[in-house]
Amino acid sequence: MNTQSAEVNAHTISVLVDNEPGVLARVIGLFSGRGYNIESLTVAEVNLKENLSRITVVTSGTPMIIEQIKAQLTRLVPVHKVADLTVDGPHVERELALVKVKGKGEKRVEALRIADIFRAHALDSTNESFIFEIVGKTAKVDAFIDLMKPLGLIDVSRTGVVGIARGLGAL
Amino acid sequence: MALRTGKKTMSTQETPESGMTGAAIMLKALVDQGVTDIFGYPGGAVLPLYDELFNQNSIRHILVRQEGGAVHAAEGYARSTGKVGVVLVTSGPGATNAVTGLTDALMDSIPLICISGQVPTHLIGNDAFQECDTTGITRPCTKHNYLVKDVNDLARVMHEAFYVAQSGRPGPVLIDLPKDVAMAKGTYTAKQKVKPRHYNPQVKADPAKIEQAVDMIARAKRPIIYAGGGVINSGPQASKLLTEFTRLTGYPCTLTLMGLGAYPANDKQYLGMVGMHGTYESNMAMHHCDLMIAVGSRFDDRITGRLDAFSPGSKKIHIDIDPSSINKNVPVDLGVVGDVKSVLGDILKVYKARKVKPDQKALKGWWQQIDGWRKRDCLSYDKSSTKIIKPQYAIERLYELTKKKKKVLITTEVGQHQMWAAQHFHFNKPNRWMTSGGLGTMGYGLPAAVGAQIAHPDALVIDIAGEASIMMNIQEMSTIAQYRLPVKVFILNNQYMGMVRQWQELLHGGRYSESYMDSLPDFVKLAESFGGVGMRATTPGELDDLIKEMIAVDKSVIADVCVDQMENCFPMIPSGAAHNEMLLGPNDSAEQSVSEEGMVLV
Repeated sequence: MNTQSAEVNAHTISVLVDNEPGVLARVIGLFSGRGYNIESLTVAEVNLKENLSRITVVTSGTPMIIEQIKAQLTRLVPVHKVADLTVDGPHVERELALVKVKGKGEKRVEALRIADIFRAHALDSTNESFIFEIVGKTAKVDAFIDLMKPLGLIDVSRTGVVGIARGLGAL
Repeated sequence: MALRTGKKTMSTQETPESGMTGAAIMLKALVDQGVTDIFGYPGGAVLPLYDELFNQNSIRHILVRQEGGAVHAAEGYARSTGKVGVVLVTSGPGATNAVTGLTDALMDSIPLICISGQVPTHLIGNDAFQECDTTGITRPCTKHNYLVKDVNDLARVMHEAFYVAQSGRPGPVLIDLPKDVAMAKGTYTAKQKVKPRHYNPQVKADPAKIEQAVDMIARAKRPIIYAGGGVINSGPQASKLLTEFTRLTGYPCTLTLMGLGAYPANDKQYLGMVGMHGTYESNMAMHHCDLMIAVGSRFDDRITGRLDAFSPGSKKIHIDIDPSSINKNVPVDLGVVGDVKSVLGDILKVYKARKVKPDQKALKGWWQQIDGWRKRDCLSYDKSSTKIIKPQYAIERLYELTKKKKKVLITTEVGQHQMWAAQHFHFNKPNRWMTSGGLGTMGYGLPAAVGAQIAHPDALVIDIAGEASIMMNIQEMSTIAQYRLPVKVFILNNQYMGMVRQWQELLHGGRYSESYMDSLPDFVKLAESFGGVGMRATTPGELDDLIKEMIAVDKSVIADVCVDQMENCFPMIPSGAAHNEMLLGPNDSAEQSVSEEGMVLV
């Protein structure tokens, strides 16, 4: 088996964990301690009854590294399930961003026009600013933010990626 | 402060069925788990637990002299018995002193429970006296850890901790117990009533993989069995099955440092230890094999040497209970996840049912090749001197003069003496050899010997040590004195941190920077000051008498064996080199075979 030539790709990994103190630190510590990348990370409780949280991590590595990451995550005691959405089949990914743009006159109109094209909503507005909410794939959010830069972008807050498999299956 | 909290919780939590304090619950849980000995050191935050210990007789507490010693002692206890080792330390410095031992146990997969005291819950996060973020600090060096904030969770957490420590790949589990929780009253939950957590490692392997493994085993022409500490952890039955499998196939077997004793060393199919200081024949066989059967071993860098030149022409089967060990360092052709005992049992069943006949002709040729490598006699050394004791000779004599004893348990520190012990002391049974393999902790051996001797009062327990390592936990001589443990400390004294000096000689132009041991104590007097017997040998002629007397004395002994100062540990695969680039003796030059990349490696 050849390991050297393997390509580095981004993978979206879903992890179902017990919602207990320190569980996020365990997951993050695993990534930093073993030198894996975290490109984005989201976490929230998803099952109140069973006290479960879902963590979505976007990471990158060769197939061997990604396998390692999955195995290492599975080994943590509070981890119930690990799925590599990127490999396991079709799935959807979304990210939400809040984007604040400051400007007057022509630029302000242009910002609103582009927001419309991207189906971003204005959540807040003053005479000189907007806060847009945009939802989409990471690339779409990136593109929107890039377009807002020359129009007076002053602040961005992003959730990071959440993902779920298409079809009938559940994590 | 503690009293005030105690009062408060008692008044709020007292109900008819909740008559036990957290401390009493913890003790009861330990008893229910079959614990008979714990190693610890008291302090403010664990006083309620020590008070509870005072009032009972089921559990013996061994008072060490530093918490690091307690963890290593528990490791020695666990490895020599297969049971869980239990440690009790206080908050703050008690817990931080335990960190090295916990990391050591994690690296070598030793089942431990470490109970640490903590400041009362309302003070957590306030930088209170002897407070530290114990669960934060120990998160990466335990298999799992808990901070118990509700006394009614305590029994469940205790039982779960024991389950986690022992199941799957074993490891240390820490339970941090704030003092107010230890004093609060709550309900005990029996072991049987605790619902097992979803954590449920795979023990039995996929039958399809077993079939596939047997296919590969049957087709092999130049096979090697490479077994490690996982076999020991899986229990004595696993060693028996490994031996049966090896004999049935007629294949050669090599063991890692952690695996010594898993296969009888006196067997003709045994090639000796593998890896950096392993034998020439096992490393060459690993390099040239066409099938490698890795059993409970983890392709550690001490084993593989240069990864891109590691056993280039072989198919590899890897049997391991930890899926994250498979394909971690070395990609394998077949990963079999499961407990060694179960997997080997299944493989043997299928192998026998199919009446597999290995290719005898190929195997004969392979053994001839191996015998050729064996003829290099890689562990030989210069025996000509009658004035200077060679360290290898000292170990050889120690083995010869103790091999008839019923139960000999060997612990080691870390360094040259450890490698010489691994090469020249031979183990035919598991759980007789305790060494710090993964972490390489100097100072491991003496406390580990304490733990082993506590577990086996009748055994001959010897810590093979170096004079540098022994100084790292020398305070445990006092523990040995207190419990009248007849532990023997066999020091190979070369007045150097030998392995450091060896690397400096081979790789750093002989600049012995800070590796000389100056101002050493007089070990004979040191032993006497702790109520033991001190001995010294400086010539080969004195050695046998020293060893015989050391064994005969029913007391602790420090034997100061003054050995050749400049002796190096061979054979050796220099860092960054491949298995077939071994240095066999002082005449092989390391510098030419060590690349710049290799110099960076440890």
